[in-house]
Amino acid sequence: MTFRRSAILEELVERWLVKVAVLVSVYVTFRGHNAPGGGFAGGLIVGAAFVLRHLTGAPLRVRGRVIEHPARLLGAGLLLAVATAAAPVLIGESTLESHIWKLDVPLIGEVKLVSSTFFDLGVYFVVIGVILMILLSLGDDGARVMADDGRSGS
Amino acid sequence: MIALIAAHFVVAALLLSPLRRRPVIGAVLGIAVTLSTAVVALVRGRDGVVSERVEWISALGLGIDVSLDGFGVLMTVIVAVLGAGVLTYSITYFDHDGTYARFVGLFVAFAGAMTGLVVAGDLFTMFVFWELTSVCSFLLIGLNDGSPSARTSAVRALLTTGLGGLCLLAGVVVLQLEFGTTRFADLAGVAQAGGAVNAAVILVLLGAFTKSAQMPFSFWLPGAMAAPTPVSAYLHSATMVKAGIVLVARLAPVLADVFVWRWWVVIAGSLTMLVGGINAMRQTDAKLLLAHSTVSQLGFLTLLVGIGTSTATYAGVAHLLAHAVFKAALFLGVGVIDHETGTRDISVMRGVARRLPVTAVAMVLAAASMAGVMPLLGFVTKEKALVALLKDIGAPGTVALVGVVVGSVLSVAYSVRLLRGVLAPDRGDAHSHESGDDAHHHVHGSPAAQWALQGPVVVLAAASLVGGFFAGRVGEWVGAASRSLDDKASYELVLWPGVNTAFLISVAVVIVGAIVGMRVPLRKFESRGVGERAFDATYDGAIAASKRLTAVTQSGSLPAYVAAVVAVVGAAVVTALVQGASISNVVLVADDPLRIVIVALTVVMAIGVLVVPYRFAAALLLGGVGFGVAMLFVGYGAPDLALTQLLVETLTIIVFLLALRSMPRRFAASSRWAPASVRLAISAIVGVAVPLFATAVIAARRAPSVAGDYLALSEPQAGGRNVVNVILVDFRGFDTLGEITVLAMAALGVANLVRMALRRRDTSVVEERS
Repeated sequence: MTFRRSAILEELVERWLVKVAVLVSVYVTFRGHNAPGGGFAGGLIVGAAFVLRHLTGAPLRVRGRVIEHPARLLGAGLLLAVATAAAPVLIGESTLESHIWKLDVPLIGEVKLVSSTFFDLGVYFVVIGVILMILLSLGDDGARVMADDGRSGS
Repeated sequence: MIALIAAHFVVAALLLSPLRRRPVIGAVLGIAVTLSTAVVALVRGRDGVVSERVEWISALGLGIDVSLDGFGVLMTVIVAVLGAGVLTYSITYFDHDGTYARFVGLFVAFAGAMTGLVVAGDLFTMFVFWELTSVCSFLLIGLNDGSPSARTSAVRALLTTGLGGLCLLAGVVVLQLEFGTTRFADLAGVAQAGGAVNAAVILVLLGAFTKSAQMPFSFWLPGAMAAPTPVSAYLHSATMVKAGIVLVARLAPVLADVFVWRWWVVIAGSLTMLVGGINAMRQTDAKLLLAHSTVSQLGFLTLLVGIGTSTATYAGVAHLLAHAVFKAALFLGVGVIDHETGTRDISVMRGVARRLPVTAVAMVLAAASMAGVMPLLGFVTKEKALVALLKDIGAPGTVALVGVVVGSVLSVAYSVRLLRGVLAPDRGDAHSHESGDDAHHHVHGSPAAQWALQGPVVVLAAASLVGGFFAGRVGEWVGAASRSLDDKASYELVLWPGVNTAFLISVAVVIVGAIVGMRVPLRKFESRGVGERAFDATYDGAIAASKRLTAVTQSGSLPAYVAAVVAVVGAAVVTALVQGASISNVVLVADDPLRIVIVALTVVMAIGVLVVPYRFAAALLLGGVGFGVAMLFVGYGAPDLALTQLLVETLTIIVFLLALRSMPRRFAASSRWAPASVRLAISAIVGVAVPLFATAVIAARRAPSVAGDYLALSEPQAGGRNVVNVILVDFRGFDTLGEITVLAMAALGVANLVRMALRRRDTSVVEERS
């Protein structure tokens, strides 16, 4: 079973849905500290966008480049989370200690930045990485492998 | 001192990447670092004990604790000077390729670890460096990683010393718990016998004996000769295997009277000396002969420094120095012969003395020192040992004396055996002449290269000679070192002791040993020791047992795996319920119409999962159940949970569908792993017990809920109003960290399983074609 490619669907997903989904996911991730959302949910939203794109039959791309090494995203996310957790140790505090910075940004007003946001971003990237890896393994190519494997075995 | 130790590791790190193509520069840097370590140790050591400490885990009171006392200075100088010598030698010995870079890097790292070990001020610091030396030794034995025997030997050495390291750690922990300190300086005042201390003695000695190759753990050391000669010369004769001796020496003044310490040290030491000596007489490979002789000498040293009298300690420290010098010279000398003539088999060596006269003379001197012949340093120190053991120190002393005398006879014998190869004359016939010319052609390299190769051998051999003549000066230095172990150990070394009992014994030993050495034929007597066989049997047994266990537990049936997991959960839950967990009366009732509809739909879909015959349909229905639950979450005011649940369910369905594409559409009619009744029973028990357990959990709360605290602290402490998210990324951030790690592992697992299937398909395609 392969997916039949549909130009309209592909266009629609590629041009609008994915971009909107990524925007929404970033919004959901950052608002997570104060309202429902967070890195996990945000990552799942981007993941869902990639799944949609995969279902249209298009290769998984980011800005025109085919994704080949999702494990790197996975590792980067994990590293970011661990680094955020470990960073307070460097200034002599216990791990995962949160820091709150309040910045005055012109026109917007006071912006509050909490260090655990970076931790959440790590979660965000890990989740995206996991979904991409599963898609690339179990998706079209992977499935063909397994189907062939089954045939040769029978 | 700590900075210098760190410098070793910096040089080692440099060789991993920036200097990988320039190993000689790395070697020169390494020589510079080791020599400056020696100089600094000598200079700073003159003003009494120098202590340094770097905090490490302050909550546990752990730090890198360095204390440079007299013994530390002596050992540091041995480690550093020999290190510099062997590095110089290695420049000519090796081809300058990637392997050499790896050698230099590991070698310098090892020198740093060994320096740390000998100057460690407490047992924990010593343990850390101890393990570092084990790891370096493993990597250096396996330097030639293409050779199966090198890999086997490396694993053997690592497992043996690693196991000993664990014993040592356990012993150190016991000592810390008993006495509240592991600093050598403080232990002396507080240590006393007791049940736990007895256990610590056993554990610590196990650690020391595995490291220093005492019976019955001596089997790994000859195997370690798979390493290149410079490695053997340095790690496996002069330095690393002395780590156990250092440990015994440091603890003997404290623990020698405790429990089995003295007897065990004496018996293990004597036995090792004898078995090592006998094994050395079986060899024709000069390097293996030296390896077994090292085992024998290590037994001698263990016995001397461990017996716990101040004269023996003094003699032990002196002989430690003498042994390091002559044994390194012999190893390097054998390396020169091997490098230049292409053989190290003493039964085929011919005309070494003619082709490499300088090396041959040096080896005669070093071997004479090993045999304890006047006027070399080895004679002086062995005399001292005999004097120490002749003193009346009870039954252990008598046993030790007998062991040492017989062991010394063997020492002389294997020294003679080695020299019979080195000094074997050219054979007169034409064939040999031809091969002689051929071999002569092999003596290659520039004079500078030859100097680098033979220089260290000559210097070390000369040191054995000069040390003998200047025994008084050496004795003062040894005295400074041994006084820091045992403050009464203040004696002196003399070259000519006069005709006394010890001297007469020495003369007899040399005569008998020389006769034995000349009489035993120069051929190989095959043997595989008891220890080696026991190790191999244990190792193979462990592998076979784990294979059998894997075959039983990993049947490959997914339903069986799931059933195993579920059954364990069910058993735990049922046990808890049977033991009287009270089932709560808190039952949530779906009260408004919308919820009733959602619950009804969810229940119908759940039943549907069980009855539909198609996998696709079942997956979809399962997703539907998830959506239903998510809807309920919304209704009960858990938007975060609902959002995540919805997204996860969506993606799970898709992943399911992707995976199900390559499986049969319908469920299998029967399952082979268990009869239907068993499967049904497991499902039913778990299905009933889990919901009951859930209600019991609600009722089981005893401590007050943390929910209030979390809500109150969320905004001021973590700067977030969404307490669910704050719990995830802050309050319980470690849980999240664990979860995303598991998630990442799972993804990597999936990817690798598919890749393996891909590779198998590719290979099977190739096989079909061919």
